[in-house]
Amino acid sequence: MLVHSRRARVCVWAAFLVVFLPVFALPFLVIVAASFATGWSGALPSGPTLGHYRDAVRGDALDALVTSLLTAAAASALALALGTWAALSAHALRGRARRAMDLLFMLPVAVPSVVVGLSLLVAFSRPPVLLNGTRAIVVLAHTVLVTAFAYRSVTAAVTRLDPAYEQAAASLGASPPYVLWRVRLPLLLPSLSAAAGLCFALSMGELSATMMLYPPDWLPLPVKVFAATDRGALFSGAALAVVLMVTTLLALSAVARIRTKATYR
Amino acid sequence: MRRAGGGARTGRRARAARDTAVTGTTDTGTATDSGPAAARAAEADAGPAAARTAEADTGTGAARTTDPPRTHRPATGIRLEGVTVAYGGNTVLDSLDLTVGPGEFMALLGPSGSGKTTALRAVAGFVRPASGRVFLGDRDVTDLPPHRRGVGMVVQQYALFPHMRVDANVAFGLRARRTPRAETAARVAEALETTGMAAYARRYPRELSGGQQQRVAIARALAVRPDVLLLDEPLSALDARLRSGMLAELARLHRELPGVSMLYVTHDQVEALTLADRVAVMDRARLQDCGTPHDLYRRPRTAFTASFVGDANLLPVTVAAGGGVEFAGTVLDVPVPASAAPGASATLCVRPHLVGLGDGPNVLRGTLAELRWRGATHRLYVEVGGHRVEADVRELRETPPPGTEVSLHFAARDAVLLPAGAGEDEGGAADGRRRAG
Repeated sequence: MLVHSRRARVCVWAAFLVVFLPVFALPFLVIVAASFATGWSGALPSGPTLGHYRDAVRGDALDALVTSLLTAAAASALALALGTWAALSAHALRGRARRAMDLLFMLPVAVPSVVVGLSLLVAFSRPPVLLNGTRAIVVLAHTVLVTAFAYRSVTAAVTRLDPAYEQAAASLGASPPYVLWRVRLPLLLPSLSAAAGLCFALSMGELSATMMLYPPDWLPLPVKVFAATDRGALFSGAALAVVLMVTTLLALSAVARIRTKATYR
Repeated sequence: MRRAGGGARTGRRARAARDTAVTGTTDTGTATDSGPAAARAAEADAGPAAARTAEADTGTGAARTTDPPRTHRPATGIRLEGVTVAYGGNTVLDSLDLTVGPGEFMALLGPSGSGKTTALRAVAGFVRPASGRVFLGDRDVTDLPPHRRGVGMVVQQYALFPHMRVDANVAFGLRARRTPRAETAARVAEALETTGMAAYARRYPRELSGGQQQRVAIARALAVRPDVLLLDEPLSALDARLRSGMLAELARLHRELPGVSMLYVTHDQVEALTLADRVAVMDRARLQDCGTPHDLYRRPRTAFTASFVGDANLLPVTVAAGGGVEFAGTVLDVPVPASAAPGASATLCVRPHLVGLGDGPNVLRGTLAELRWRGATHRLYVEVGGHRVEADVRELRETPPPGTEVSLHFAARDAVLLPAGAGEDEGGAADGRRRAG
């Protein structure tokens, strides 16, 4: 333990709460409180109701939620596949080639997502590849944005993986694809599922690139939250936001369960 | 499994019989304790393969004919021809020539950074030689990837696949080779039986102790029935007690698998001397010496071998005109090779335990500098003409105080004359194990 005396510990806790509550917890609490309210003119919200939630889980809102979930699932699956592939390839490279690969996958993180959205829009708005106005371009944008994170976390895991495992496997007569499938990927599974969770969460909350690209029949939930607050419907927007938050958390905890099972198997 | 069990029993009997014959004693315990060196003295004449063939004839031959997988395949040796490995201009293995005969147990002994592990990895295919060729039997495998070489490998940290149970670990190589299911099961059972791990088949590696994990690693390597088994410091992660147990296990495996050539990398001279048919001593990326453990210990060819394989007094001497050598003003009667000209300098190697206290042949007079009690023995450090000579004598009842004038002596046949300058960097007496640390 870093702090030993009781008094110092109380001080540290107090400092933690002072920083944590207003910065992290309070905004969430306000959103949750607002989602149950019909008005908020005093210190506290007023007119408690469940009406916003009734609207948030049916009709358009439900479609948007499903759209978000499908987009996030597709994008994170693609990102995981591409990111893992790239990370494994980069691991076999040396020196400058490896640094170039790292840089390439840093780009989508370094470039603002609005720019990524715009560049995709410009690139795929005319033949030969015409994706403008399709669902695919939304998934593509999300994939581009989150692959970098998959690449980074898988790279870290691949570097940590003891080469003795694959060497033992090779000496036993296992071909490289067999070693990859039976030894390396299973050993990477905890990191892969962590990467998948991260990608999923990022995709669920993506707004700026999506805003530029989404077709009318493929409207993810963050866009709907933005639209609701934009037209002044703060309280129903808050309910939508809470639904988005809870769904993402549920998905993440499901992924975390896979990870724990993989680690202690 | 009948084969393994029967082999162990008859093998042990044959070995015991051989030990008894060599040492001329009926006390099996004593014979086994002093066994490996003594038994190898016999093997040195006939060669290890011959010794094992004789062993097979004494009783295991009949049992072996029931084991087709080994008998129908010709045994494979290992041959390295001028293998050089360099990393960025730094030569870690310098034109190594080494031959391991079919069924032979060869130890690569040397301190850290001597290139021994690199040599093993070149055989396994994990490092590509800058020049030179690697052969397994008649096959040139230099350009083959590791998985096409058909060698088994056991490493220091076991490298058991943590996500597989023990049986799946052992079956891994067989499944990778698409061996039929029934045969896989039978061979997994056999390998686990051989290593005494059958009861742990359904455990995960993390549920096993270090020694058990190492047994599983060996079983995994044996299950694919390799012609060549590579062992990279397999005992160095184990504690002392487990290590001695595993030493006996490995010796038994070697007896039970007469067709498997083994290359064993270690920095521990006891492991090398106990297990190997021949030992290759390496230092600074080069092969220094190669021979039977007995030869290396009794007749080292270089000062490095002398100091690394056992303890040694390395004394700078001059070849005397009338035969013998001169050391610190005294002429010592030791065998001098015909090639050594009178007046030439040389290094005299005498093992501390072969130096006696008191007068006798080849007396060295000096001052006792230090005396250390080592249980059954005392180690004396005696200053003779500016050089420190070590002697291990049976525990003294009355110990002389430091500063006392004492005499040491040794028999002419216990001394070996090494080429001049060979002992320069050792600075007199040296303890190989310290250098290895």
